[in-house]
Amino acid sequence: MAYRIEIALKRGVHDGRGAGVAHRARNFFHLPVTGCATRDVFKVDVALAPKQLREVQQLFTDPVIARSALGRLAAPAFDWLVETGFKPGVTDNLGRTAQEVVTDAVGRPLTAQEGVYTGVQYLLKGALTREQAQRLGRDLLANELIQSIRVFSAEEWAAAPVDAEPPVIRDPAAVQVRAYDLGGSDADLMQISREGILSLSIEELHAIRDYFRRPAVLAARTQLGLPAQPTDVELECIAQTWSEHCKHKIFAANVHYVDDKGRAQTIDSLFKTFIRAATEKIRKDVDWLVSVFTDNAGIIRFSDRYNISFKCETHNSPSALDPYGGAITGIVGVNRDPMGTGMGCELVCNTWGYCFGSPFYAGDLPAGLMHPRRIRDGVHQGVIDGGNQSGIPWTRGFERFDERYLGKPLVYCGTIGKIPRALQGRPSERKEIFPGDAIVMCGGRIGKDGIHGATFSSEELRHESPAQAVQIGDPITQRKMYEFLMEARDLGLFRALTDNGAGGLSSSLGEMSSMSGGAEIDLALAPLKYEGLQPWEILLSEAQERMSLAVQPENVAALLALARRRDVEADVIGTFTDSGAFVVKFGDRCVGRLEMEFLHEGCPKMHIDARWQPPQVAAPAPLRAGPRDRALLGLLGALNVCSKEFKSRQYDGEVKGLSVVKPFVGVQSDMPSDATVMKVEYDSHAGIILAEGINPFFSDLDTYAMMASVIDEAVRRVISVGGKLGSIAGLDNFCWPDPVLSEKTPDGPYKMAQLVRANQALYDVCTAYLVPPISGKDSMKNDSVRGGRKISIPPTVLFSTIAKMDDVRKAVTMPFKQAGDPIYVIGLTADELGASEFHRWLAAEQGTPTSYGGTVPGLDLIHALATYRTLHSAIEAGLLHSSHTPTLGGLAVAFALAALGGDLGAEINLDAAPHLGTLRDDALLFAESNSRFVVTCAPEQAAALEEKFQGLPCARVGTVTAARTLTIRTAERQLVASDLDALRKAFKKTLNGI
Amino acid sequence: MNPKILIITGYGLNCEAESHHAWTLAGAAPELVHLNDLIERPARLHDYAGLMFIGGFSYGDHMGSGLAFGARVRHHMQADLARFIADGKLILGVCNGFQIMTKLGLLPGLDGDYFTQKVALMHNDCGAFQNFWVTLRFEEKSPCVFTRNLDLMPLPIRHGEGKVFTLDHALLERIEELGCVPCRYADPATGAATDKFPLNPNGSLNAIAGLCDPTGRVFGLMPHPEAYLFPENHPQWDLQKLRGTLPAQGAGLKLFQNAVAFLKAT
Repeated sequence: MAYRIEIALKRGVHDGRGAGVAHRARNFFHLPVTGCATRDVFKVDVALAPKQLREVQQLFTDPVIARSALGRLAAPAFDWLVETGFKPGVTDNLGRTAQEVVTDAVGRPLTAQEGVYTGVQYLLKGALTREQAQRLGRDLLANELIQSIRVFSAEEWAAAPVDAEPPVIRDPAAVQVRAYDLGGSDADLMQISREGILSLSIEELHAIRDYFRRPAVLAARTQLGLPAQPTDVELECIAQTWSEHCKHKIFAANVHYVDDKGRAQTIDSLFKTFIRAATEKIRKDVDWLVSVFTDNAGIIRFSDRYNISFKCETHNSPSALDPYGGAITGIVGVNRDPMGTGMGCELVCNTWGYCFGSPFYAGDLPAGLMHPRRIRDGVHQGVIDGGNQSGIPWTRGFERFDERYLGKPLVYCGTIGKIPRALQGRPSERKEIFPGDAIVMCGGRIGKDGIHGATFSSEELRHESPAQAVQIGDPITQRKMYEFLMEARDLGLFRALTDNGAGGLSSSLGEMSSMSGGAEIDLALAPLKYEGLQPWEILLSEAQERMSLAVQPENVAALLALARRRDVEADVIGTFTDSGAFVVKFGDRCVGRLEMEFLHEGCPKMHIDARWQPPQVAAPAPLRAGPRDRALLGLLGALNVCSKEFKSRQYDGEVKGLSVVKPFVGVQSDMPSDATVMKVEYDSHAGIILAEGINPFFSDLDTYAMMASVIDEAVRRVISVGGKLGSIAGLDNFCWPDPVLSEKTPDGPYKMAQLVRANQALYDVCTAYLVPPISGKDSMKNDSVRGGRKISIPPTVLFSTIAKMDDVRKAVTMPFKQAGDPIYVIGLTADELGASEFHRWLAAEQGTPTSYGGTVPGLDLIHALATYRTLHSAIEAGLLHSSHTPTLGGLAVAFALAALGGDLGAEINLDAAPHLGTLRDDALLFAESNSRFVVTCAPEQAAALEEKFQGLPCARVGTVTAARTLTIRTAERQLVASDLDALRKAFKKTLNGI
Repeated sequence: MNPKILIITGYGLNCEAESHHAWTLAGAAPELVHLNDLIERPARLHDYAGLMFIGGFSYGDHMGSGLAFGARVRHHMQADLARFIADGKLILGVCNGFQIMTKLGLLPGLDGDYFTQKVALMHNDCGAFQNFWVTLRFEEKSPCVFTRNLDLMPLPIRHGEGKVFTLDHALLERIEELGCVPCRYADPATGAATDKFPLNPNGSLNAIAGLCDPTGRVFGLMPHPEAYLFPENHPQWDLQKLRGTLPAQGAGLKLFQNAVAFLKAT
């Protein structure tokens, strides 16, 4: 028997949630909602005595501000009532906590059939039609993919029975294992792949068919009672292991590349040829690489005591379907990468970054796509909740906006971890597994979460069934598991661990079993959230908050006992072996056997054509010479430049109390810092510097220049706060539109050539700067074909940097510090306005928004290296008061932000700025040339600074002033004379409150 | 001998490392104890001179911040907590810890009633979690032992539910009369309490940032003193360094030092 409890705020207590709904309904949906009251609904499906029920109701109700009723609360006058709840099988975090409160109240554990389910009621006032109320339910209050939405008029509500029905489906389907006949034609094979959402190519299907025909394989299968043809467990496991997501087939492919001069080249794996080769080359020159490309995250040495690990992931497709769930899963998911690296890292901080369509987008939206504002709000809230509730501070965050992200948003989430260099006297990065070690799965239970989730279309996802549930991260369950794992690690209770992410057990155990040479598991031993899962679903489920451990037999009892004390689910589900095969059982029955060598090495290589042809992009018409105040204000307020502080303040950046240079700096703490600095240990002044570079706009002109510029930006940001070449490591995250030629992608060879060129640049720049890539990820299918319109993202690379800083107290920040300080520009400005923020602003002004061509910034590695070394030594010597590296918007925006940071004015003469050739004013002001800095020092240090930079392009361009005005001029004319308040307003108003 | 402080951990609380470091720097001997280990034998509480409910997101703040954790503590430890307070010991709560203490009724703890919830910590008026630095003003007339001899202090806030609220005006007046408001959000320019966002980040009644019981030994606050232990935690430390005003240690440490001084004197 289930009970319904409704909870509302007392009269006189402000209902912020309701007010927010009314505000959004009016302002974003333009609907006449005059008021909205909200209530929480709990459906308590637990056997309770009347006294216990009253106690539960009391426990759920805040006696100071809330009131509640069993069944229904009397409703105030309303026009429409919308009630939302979760669909069966969807993670209900609030319900889970309520369950724990009930558990204490009844003094016994709840049975598997018992549970608490939650919903929210919105009582809307206003002259709305039913359709409008339904639209609010669908587009504002809930996501139909994962939630139920019911709409009632006042009369309907009065007439409706009290609904205490819990959203559960109880259909313990019989266990079924199907075998697939791969003996048919190619068309038959492709149909199996399509219908099963396996994404296997015909070459791959042939390889699978041939494997199962091997006599030795057949003999082994017969002995285990398996059919000759592959079972669903086996085929799903192979498809998962061989997926682009897990296998990175495009980066591993043979590429036939032809450049614009017709020169051909064959590349055996972009990853091996450029990325890993760069790291291998740099390895000879740096001594702090501990483990790269082999584990869940790259590991570098930090100090005598600690190593550091860093991983960044994307979670794009899930975030397009359910922005909140996709994003929270993204952040808590990437947390498990360092957590599962080496013997398990402690989590230090998070990074995030998103690419969206404009939140102000007012054009047509293809059917099935969410408005970018809704996606953005959901993604932020997901990562905010995931990070904050996990107690991990954020350090870096960015947003980029372009219409081509309407089809698929990019959601980057990164995590840095630390680990003692040795544990139990052994190097902590070493993972070992021996035959006989137990396989333990810990964390959450398994449901149908995320099975093929990302590949389903939304139509298919709308069925009333748990099978299609999207994952929703549960930070608290994960936090409990994390603390348990750290405790177990320090007690030496396990030998290896890894994360269950994409592909679930099939991928984590597939990976781990290659360390011992095989594994045998019994899926019937895996704990389930609810009945009715088929064996293949248990193996593939992407239910979150789970890790797999290899445990020495003698430690199993102690590990399980500790898990019980910490209220963490942990179960032995099998044994590692050296049989050479991954054997899957369900109880006594064998349901799958795959040889390790075939599973990991059997996937045929792809062959991809790439043909480079420089694109033709028109440039905007040059602007007549004159003042540029309006242009500067326009750029400061442009979506890609403007302040992102409103959303950023909702992320916890200071838990752990180790932050030193925060994401926002300056006297009003409102200017973005070039890079952030934090301590790693409480009793040491050493720390880490974090920064990043990203610029999808340069990709429209040349991905080689894009990649070079992005790495340069990520590196020079580190240098700007005090970092040092030779101590910087990098992470590459490639997000690409599908670059493989097909009917849907006729321009595949061009997109593949773009990928080749980006990789060439990565090798060239990383090896020159001694910045080894230590980890990375690629996401290669960022296209949307909904509503008959194909939208592909621009090639986008996030390059993240992490560097060790010996003494964080020497860090330098970007704001001007005191009036009278001389201002210097270091580095050459060139006529490089192609795809710059200025050209994009100008092109939009001229009504031809895509005509932002021109010369894309180049990179002079020799000059850059000398500049970075000299700047570092100037900071070490304590010469600088401020240092800021120009990025979007060039020098003009850089001067403005540094002035705003100090709340001080500046007088600048741009003629003095080092530059190449004769430049127009706009190039001097706005070119986004690489490797430049704007620095200040005390007047008495000017001579020392100038001497340090002798022989390098460095010149004094002006002075910091007490007058709160920024003036920029040349000998010819005044270009900018702007009051600081106007500049600040322009920078901050665009996304304030949005 | 350094006074022993028990710091409860688990279920989503997450400020254990910096809280442990704060007490250590202040000269105490803190120990981290998981809630389940404490519930198993609540009497071990009496081995300690002080107890701290730390910040974090116990049970994800679902059902209202601190509710689920508070319910568990009350269910298993009410008698031992009552004895702990009666023994003259100290309890500190920060952020989620303050929310837990308020839900439990430990604060404001009027008339010896420590287990009936009297005030609420509601959602911030601005409607969202916020992280930035505020200025606290400490009230001289409060009996709070943690805040003795302090006037103004910059500290970070990091919460979504920090608005101290009650519909009962008479109760609020009594809380004020008894000096149970040791700290308020203030305008750094004037030092006066303020209800203006963002100086007052949540719209708290009377700009209340923290509450103590009438003995002054039970204290909770929303801002995070344990997040300002180092001078470089301050958002303008760069400017302070240049001007020669960088303090030798983070100001937040003073609350812990006051507590340790009190314990060592008793």
